[in-house]
Amino acid sequence: MGYELIDHTADIGIRVTEKSVEELFKTAAIAMFEQIADISNLTGTVTKDIHVKGMDLADLLINWLRELLWCWSIDSQLVSHVTITEITAYEVRGNISWDPFDPERHEILKDIKAVTYHGAAVEQTHAGWQATVIFDV
Amino acid sequence: MELNQIDDFRWEVEKQGPMRVPARIYSSAEMIGAVKKEETFKQLVNVAQLPGIISAALAMPDIHWGYGFPIGGVAAFDCDEGIISPGGVGYDINCGVRLAATGLTEKDVRPRLADLADAMFGAIPSGIGSTGSIRLTNTELKKILKTGSAWAVKNGFGEDTDIAHTEDAGCMADADPAAASDRALERGKKQLGTLGSGNHFLEIGVVDAIYDAAAAQAFGLFKDTVTVLLHTGSRGLGYQICDDFLAAMAKHLHTGGIDVPDRQLACEKIRSSAGERYYQAMCCAANFAWANRQVLMHHAQTVLMRVFDISPRTLGMRLVYDVCHNIAKFERHNVDGREKTVCVHRKGATRAFAPGHPAVCPDYRHIGQPILIPGDMGTASYVLAGTQKAMDETFGSTCHGAGRVLSRTAAKKAAKGRALNRELADRGIHVRWTGRSTLAEEMPDAYKDISQVVDVVAGAGISRKVAKLRPIAVVKG
Repeated sequence: MGYELIDHTADIGIRVTEKSVEELFKTAAIAMFEQIADISNLTGTVTKDIHVKGMDLADLLINWLRELLWCWSIDSQLVSHVTITEITAYEVRGNISWDPFDPERHEILKDIKAVTYHGAAVEQTHAGWQATVIFDV
Repeated sequence: MELNQIDDFRWEVEKQGPMRVPARIYSSAEMIGAVKKEETFKQLVNVAQLPGIISAALAMPDIHWGYGFPIGGVAAFDCDEGIISPGGVGYDINCGVRLAATGLTEKDVRPRLADLADAMFGAIPSGIGSTGSIRLTNTELKKILKTGSAWAVKNGFGEDTDIAHTEDAGCMADADPAAASDRALERGKKQLGTLGSGNHFLEIGVVDAIYDAAAAQAFGLFKDTVTVLLHTGSRGLGYQICDDFLAAMAKHLHTGGIDVPDRQLACEKIRSSAGERYYQAMCCAANFAWANRQVLMHHAQTVLMRVFDISPRTLGMRLVYDVCHNIAKFERHNVDGREKTVCVHRKGATRAFAPGHPAVCPDYRHIGQPILIPGDMGTASYVLAGTQKAMDETFGSTCHGAGRVLSRTAAKKAAKGRALNRELADRGIHVRWTGRSTLAEEMPDAYKDISQVVDVVAGAGISRKVAKLRPIAVVKG
């Protein structure tokens, strides 16, 4: 359980495998931020609630990651912890902990510019759930 | 599904199944193998299924895998039946290239080249999340979205003469700032005059070869002329606009929207309020990108004057041209013997209008539109000119760059243990960069051979070669 990187010619992607949908959304979020920066030493000093909707699980996952990417791209928030408080096929509510980006302390690894629909999938497998997402970098 | 060779430079998937038109690729015997292997043409086949597509779904020799539409793709749509698609333009709306020539030669700059590279790196905000020195209010930003390059010139960034040497005079008139979301505006406010990251760059180069003396002279390019080449776009603002409209159009897919084989192809009818709204917002991002490149080139000019302690007159810097290669435009083209307005999507493709075309500025109208093709940071860039054959075959379009062949991970692997900056310095190229992995990911080996790409479009007759530029200093984001 966890995630692996997908090697794509122009971009990068993640394949996430987890036992539950909650874990799937949580791991996908952390996977995205682990591409952006080394988040292992973040303290997660600030928290906030996130609520997004989607037309199905794949759309919901894309919208969830989009919303979190927005926290980074405009407010420079590096997310280190995620709790899913409620999830259905069409709606997710979560709470995130983040540190404000400080160039003196945090090294940025990669610029994720967008979360794409390209090949986006969320599927139930015999072991649990699997998701694929490609990022524009 | 077979990819059949038509002639030396064209391959085609015949119209079949849900395809409305054939899918046609400009390539060469050397390059087509990679297209087949990567199955990029299947993305082009998806484009060929979209409503209202005219003639063929086209791809240039620098075709590579994109989201939904392939990069290097060109597709024209009927205004009544056809669609407009954010994925057919790309995230970085009006990503483009700007070239200026100076009165300096390599001999003038070589002794102080390291200082020049350092000074450019210091003055041009680059890298992830870089912010510019210009702080904009919402009102001022909206003026930029409405007027593009003209805003920059009016505010002291460049000359009046720059406007004519910019595609569409640096402004798409249908821009409506009310169509851009608050998030898009928020991202734009801090990023005017920034290069960004990834494959964006500023390059000091030298004219290395001239292929068409008359055209080169008209463009102000002479052997050994020092040039400044910029590659960047509309930054976070363009990304946000693409993202906002993709999400809205994808949502509509479920409630009666246009059925597409991949959500990233989400689109709306050109004549629908959602389609029109996207176009108005896209024009805003295009105008922002032109203002951005206008400001950046002005910064580069200031740096050159400072480093060499010379006046604007001695520097003699002059804008050759500015092209966009991620855009959708309404243009007049000949369709089945009749001229009509169509919506041309160019995603990683450059306009290549022929000599005599009224959209080409008077200075260059007898030559054809200048086309700027950046290569990788260690090889070369090209200046081409548009042709009648491009008008006849590709809706006046040609290639846009080299196109990646190695994934970022594969590039980093190939770069392991190598001092790329030293290798480039040994070849006389000074490189400055910000991101930890930028240099490895953007290494020359990660890209197709730009000369092969250019030889295809020249061989096929959809562009003609004018000049070749050799990089001597590069700033990467």
